[in-house]
Amino acid sequence: MTHLLRRLAGVIPLVLGIATIVFFVLSVAPGDPAALYAAPGVSPEALDQIRRNMGLDRPVHERYVLWMGDMLKGDFGVSFARGQPVRDVIFQILPNTLLLSFCAMVLAFTAGVLIGVLQAIRQNSALDGVLSVLSLFFYSMPSFWLAIMLILAFSLYARNVWGWPISFPASGMTSVDHAFMSPGAQLRDRLMHLVLPSASLALVLAGGIARYMRGSMLEVVRQDYIRTARAKGLPERTVILKHGLRNALVPVITLLGLYLPFLFSGAVFIETVFAWPGMGKLMVDAYFQRDYPVVMAGALIFAVIVILGNLIADLLYALVDPRIRYG
Amino acid sequence: MDSSTGGIRGGRWLAFLLPGLPQALAGRVAAGGFALVVWISMCALVAWRLDRVLGSWMGPWDHRVALLSLLVSLGGVWGWSVRDALRTEPARRGWWNLAGRRFRENRVAVAGVMGIGAIYLVALLTPFLAPYEPAVQGDLLQNRLVGPSTQHLLGTDHYARDVLTRLLYGARISLAIGFVAISISISIGTFLGAIAGYLGGAVDSLVMRFVDMVIAFPRIVLLITIIALFEPSIFLIVAVLGLTQWPQVARIVRGEVLSLREREFIQAGRALGFSRSRIIGRHVVPNILAPVIVAATLGIGDTIVLEAGLSFLGLGVQPPTPSWGIMVADGRGNLAGAWWISTFPGLAIVFTVLAFNLAGDGLRDALDPRLNR
Repeated sequence: MTHLLRRLAGVIPLVLGIATIVFFVLSVAPGDPAALYAAPGVSPEALDQIRRNMGLDRPVHERYVLWMGDMLKGDFGVSFARGQPVRDVIFQILPNTLLLSFCAMVLAFTAGVLIGVLQAIRQNSALDGVLSVLSLFFYSMPSFWLAIMLILAFSLYARNVWGWPISFPASGMTSVDHAFMSPGAQLRDRLMHLVLPSASLALVLAGGIARYMRGSMLEVVRQDYIRTARAKGLPERTVILKHGLRNALVPVITLLGLYLPFLFSGAVFIETVFAWPGMGKLMVDAYFQRDYPVVMAGALIFAVIVILGNLIADLLYALVDPRIRYG
Repeated sequence: MDSSTGGIRGGRWLAFLLPGLPQALAGRVAAGGFALVVWISMCALVAWRLDRVLGSWMGPWDHRVALLSLLVSLGGVWGWSVRDALRTEPARRGWWNLAGRRFRENRVAVAGVMGIGAIYLVALLTPFLAPYEPAVQGDLLQNRLVGPSTQHLLGTDHYARDVLTRLLYGARISLAIGFVAISISISIGTFLGAIAGYLGGAVDSLVMRFVDMVIAFPRIVLLITIIALFEPSIFLIVAVLGLTQWPQVARIVRGEVLSLREREFIQAGRALGFSRSRIIGRHVVPNILAPVIVAATLGIGDTIVLEAGLSFLGLGVQPPTPSWGIMVADGRGNLAGAWWISTFPGLAIVFTVLAFNLAGDGLRDALDPRLNR
């Protein structure tokens, strides 16, 4: 419990530090934000008025205190491009990214753990070699290219060329006629739209997870308690699944936290390719519209989620492995 | 497979004519075969593109570089093979030699290193190899979006530019950016990590808290945020990629230095009254080079993928400069009709990164004695 409190206390300065970095990056941004709101050739008095309205006439340290105060209250300012408060924009869009990331995470870990265990129990076999090269192949792949290849295969050429039974939609979260469908069809429509994005995000991650899982499992299989379990005459399946896998999975929990930044980085590309209305696409669009408040708020939110994810992974680790005690 | 004395009985004079062949015949198929293939393909290239090779010294700077690398690789392969074939004294047995032997036993990793070598050679020799000019539009009426054929081996894009040519010129961009960016980040990361780990105290907490903050950002988000403030260009990309990768390196280096700091030879240095900079520069850093080299090799792969990704989003290298990421993005518009535009540059990325990852994995196994089987 004290450990939990201490970890939480450690997170606060980290978040404040990140917010400070974000603020100073924002304040050194070239260009006058007031000019974005004014028509060209407007009188200097009017520009001054706009600056006063935006609070730009105050000195930096005062703005910093104000901005930090607002941010702690959850107020990230107003989006230049959309004219909406950034908070509202993010609240609309964040769940889409979380949905995509969650599906990809589940897929990636399931596939990665399965492949890793399979490799470990058939260590140094031909299957192990093939799967090793394959997972390294996917691990080396840029997710956006994999996404395009999946679109090519499963959206454009499926049905047409090789007569594959199913093809998946390649863009957006829902079909155009989504609103007119029955609830069942709506759910199916949403799931179909999830397949390609989460698969392309998951495959790249699964390669890395499989590599890690293989090592972890090989480590465990060498332990004495596995030999004991075999000596007791337990069936091999029980030895591997119950005694081996459970212990090999413990370090993978740390991976859960470590992979969050990769997951979100991947999501930026995947969302752009699949026109998925999520945080990554929002940030890329905001970049092209020079919508600094959205870019900054997005960066801050991503960083906070990563920090929290790492915290949760840490705590889970201590929970699962009773040997770990933080003094 | 005896690499200690060269292991060559007869036929060593063959090395003068066909370097690599004696080594390959003596059982060292990988090294000898690679040398032989490089030698033969270089000679073939000179014969095939004799006019370009001869005119290259008068040409632009990249033609001169290509000529130089052609001569260096020819001379290098020949010199290595001849020296190796005529050598009689046994190989030395230092730490790095042992690591090198461990590395050579790992066939997959050796394949990775050869792949890297081949990719760099191709990138350097691009002016001789490329069939067309990278930025020149072809005949838009006849040659737009033509599929792979004998005229255009990998097809043409929507401006009727040859995909193979752009792929070759894109290799230069990707490899150069990866190399320079990783050099920047390795230098900064090693410097700050070593200082933080060795000095400890306030410096350590300051550096490591900053490292924690930077690592908390998904890297692409950090990159977008920084690039958003400036005009995208190659120099910005290199700088930004280099300046955002170092925290990972610093973290690795600091961990190594922490365990090294209490070792006897460092304490001996302190007792002898060496200055801090001398201990760090002469005694600490050389002993942590192995993990740094591994991190650099694996990091180049990451950097190449990231550069391609940024260029893909339009935040990186700007057209008309050919970059693999831009080429993948170019193909998106014509995916249904012209699959080849996106597919081949992506494959180039995958194989380049794969080669670096294989080599990096092998290096880690070879350089880390703790992992010895």
